[in-house]
Amino acid sequence: MADPMKIRATVAGDATEVKVLMSHEMETGQRKDAQGKTIPAWFIQSVTAAWNGKTVLSAQWGPAISKNPFLSFKFEGGAKGDKVKVTWIDNKGETRTDEATIG
Amino acid sequence: MNDRIDPADRSRRRLLALAAGAGAWLAVRPARAAPDDLAAAIRMYAGGADVRGGGVTLDVPELVDNGNSVPVTVDVDSPMTAADHVAAIAIFNERNPERDVARYTLGPRAGRARVSTRMRLATSQTIVAVARMSDGSYRSHAVDVVVVLAACIEGDV
Repeated sequence: MADPMKIRATVAGDATEVKVLMSHEMETGQRKDAQGKTIPAWFIQSVTAAWNGKTVLSAQWGPAISKNPFLSFKFEGGAKGDKVKVTWIDNKGETRTDEATIG
Repeated sequence: MNDRIDPADRSRRRLLALAAGAGAWLAVRPARAAPDDLAAAIRMYAGGADVRGGGVTLDVPELVDNGNSVPVTVDVDSPMTAADHVAAIAIFNERNPERDVARYTLGPRAGRARVSTRMRLATSQTIVAVARMSDGSYRSHAVDVVVVLAACIEGDV
């Protein structure tokens, strides 16, 4: 199981800003190991962010996204105490979901 | 008398000749070029629709020290109402091994059409952000980036 995400959600005016830091190798499939063998690609393919059970953003990523990916976005209508849930799925089918409270 | 060809056989021969001709035509048709360049990738994403400039801001440093982690922010000018909002944002690059970087799906619920992430850059190149509006139009913004230390180099970094 991958390490938990760090999620921070804050209300500023009428918008909520969400910042997510995921823990993932994001192997590109371009690199070679010491034996000259290609290291297979291993990256987060899909990310979904939901607020109160409603999806506010979904992302489809490729291996061009950096290691330990960072994602930040804004949405309208969040209030203090609401829950923001972020889920990622990688190309090996591994998944992780974490939740944060808007502060 | 036996060299006379009956009408049914004649039509069969014509059909065969036609089929052979069609086969030859298929064979000489040029193979479709692989959509491996930036413009083709954007055209494919937009489905042939016109992609205009303006209304989209791609915020990326023009001089990048480390190509392994380049902060990118796409901000689209939109009221984000049910009638007029940004449906999707895509980021493309010119010289990474793959043209696609990321695609985001938004909706009026997003409230703000703004996403940030960090990406890899293999070399100095052009980055393009394309936004699909709810009315089906496309807008884009391209930025040239100079990379000092490239990503995708061998060994651990």
